[in-house]
Amino acid sequence: MIINVTDQAGENHELEGLEGWRVMEVIRDWGLNIKAECGGALSCATCHVYVDKDWLDVVGAPSDDEEDMLDSVGDVRSNSRLSCQILCSDALDGLKLTLAPSAAKD
Amino acid sequence: MSTEITTDVVVIGAGPCGLFAAFELGLLDIKCHFIDILDRPGGQCAELYPEKPIYDIPAFPVVTGQQLTDNLMAQIAPFAPEFHFNRMVNSIEKQEDGSFKLETDADEIFHAKVIVIAAGGGSFQPKRPPVEGIEQYENKSVFYAVRKMDDFRDQDVVIVGGGDSALDWTLNLQPIVRSLTLVHRRDAFKAAPASVNKMKEMVMEGKINFLLGQIGKLDGENGQINHVHLTTDAGDLSVPATRLLPFFGLTMKLGPVADWGLELNDNTIKVDTEKFETSVPGIFAIGDINWYPGKLKLILSGFHEAALMAQAAKAIVSPGERVVFQYTTSSTKLQKKLGVA
Ligand SMILES: Cc1cc2nc3c(=O)[nH]c(=O)nc-3n(C[C@H](O)[C@H](O)[C@H](O)COP(=O)(O)OP(=O)(O)OC[C@H]3O[C@@H](n4cnc5c(N)ncnc54)[C@H](O)[C@@H]3O)c2cc1C
Ligand code: FES
Repeated sequence: MIINVTDQAGENHELEGLEGWRVMEVIRDWGLNIKAECGGALSCATCHVYVDKDWLDVVGAPSDDEEDMLDSVGDVRSNSRLSCQILCSDALDGLKLTLAPSAAKD
Repeated sequence: MSTEITTDVVVIGAGPCGLFAAFELGLLDIKCHFIDILDRPGGQCAELYPEKPIYDIPAFPVVTGQQLTDNLMAQIAPFAPEFHFNRMVNSIEKQEDGSFKLETDADEIFHAKVIVIAAGGGSFQPKRPPVEGIEQYENKSVFYAVRKMDDFRDQDVVIVGGGDSALDWTLNLQPIVRSLTLVHRRDAFKAAPASVNKMKEMVMEGKINFLLGQIGKLDGENGQINHVHLTTDAGDLSVPATRLLPFFGLTMKLGPVADWGLELNDNTIKVDTEKFETSVPGIFAIGDINWYPGKLKLILSGFHEAALMAQAAKAIVSPGERVVFQYTTSSTKLQKKLGVA
């Protein structure tokens, strides 16, 4: 499966995703600018992404805990998600998203 | 005038690995002081996941981050380490006699024979909201914590956030400010229900203003803001404000650790695996902040590193003194130190 990621600098990357991995792990593995401080434990919100409008329904809505974590970033939009909470699967083949400024490493 | 403190060991960072170091040092009669930028012990366990269960601490099938911290605090209590919270270590300098001088941002100077860096993933610092040019107002009219309530007296205050800090300061500051606006992106709060109810009452009574939205641009000059622009569902607004308090939680930054002249590997400090000493003799690094071939960033590893570090620190603190290896189960000497014999 393929994930299309636009980084904070506006550059597009086509990343090979692995079924069962978290989208955050794929982005981090490819060395893009994502801090992912807590490693996917839903405790930091430094894996914040904007999901392309066309993919919102497929990806689904954030859980209440994820909404709580999203409160800790100042650049939330209606299509905000934490990428560690999205699991790679065939249904998401072609997924398009953009890294939020607040996901950047220092 | 700065305060001066002299001790055997200064531990930088009161995360789980630093805390356990106080135990291992204590068994060898070494006294230590802790310095941490947070206001309480526990490091990542207390700050990032106090309520999450940890499953890989030996002999604890399950323990939460806060329970682990509380247990470590109880375990080291017999050695009465001293804690200095809410300050960051800015510099470490080696002195001619081999000891170290360490300075904090709270104008304190520590003199120690040994330094143990247990700084984990770095120092915790407030998350800065993505607002252009916010830096120029920081610590003048934009604050990430309330240090002196009086700085807010008779001011037009805007507080942003929906957690406990945002709600607590809304309630505490309301009686002394000229006006107070609380801004949160949604109508649900992750704060104590009693505080949320109290806040809602104040909104009903017209004592504070609550707006659903996010902060955008800031207007002001010479470090003094005068208006905060908000993006709300009802459109863009500009609110008069002379003080802004954004509460978005904390994130870890390597911070000054990188400037201490120690050999680094990426953002971690290189150590040997015999003593966990850095490239500067007398400065040790344990826990997540260190690096050696095969390093695993686990609490368990930091505990082991603390035990070996303590043996090496003993040789520096009490040169020439023979250290006899003893078990806590059988040594009455160790048990006396722990107050159980
Ligand atoms: C969500 C999550 C889940 C985890 N789950 C597990 C798990 O199941 N098992 C496991 O083994 N590990 C787990 N970890 C990792 C574990 O938390 C770390 O390995 C551990 O906290 C490292 O401890 P430490 O004492 O080295 O550093 P930290 O816990 O990072 O503490 C370092 C302390 O040093 C302070 N500090 C740093 N620099 C300075 C300075 N210059 N001045 C003053 N103070 C400073 C910081 O404020 C902090 O309090 C998890 C981590 C996260 C985020
Ligand atoms: S990596 Fe921390 S919340 Fe996703």
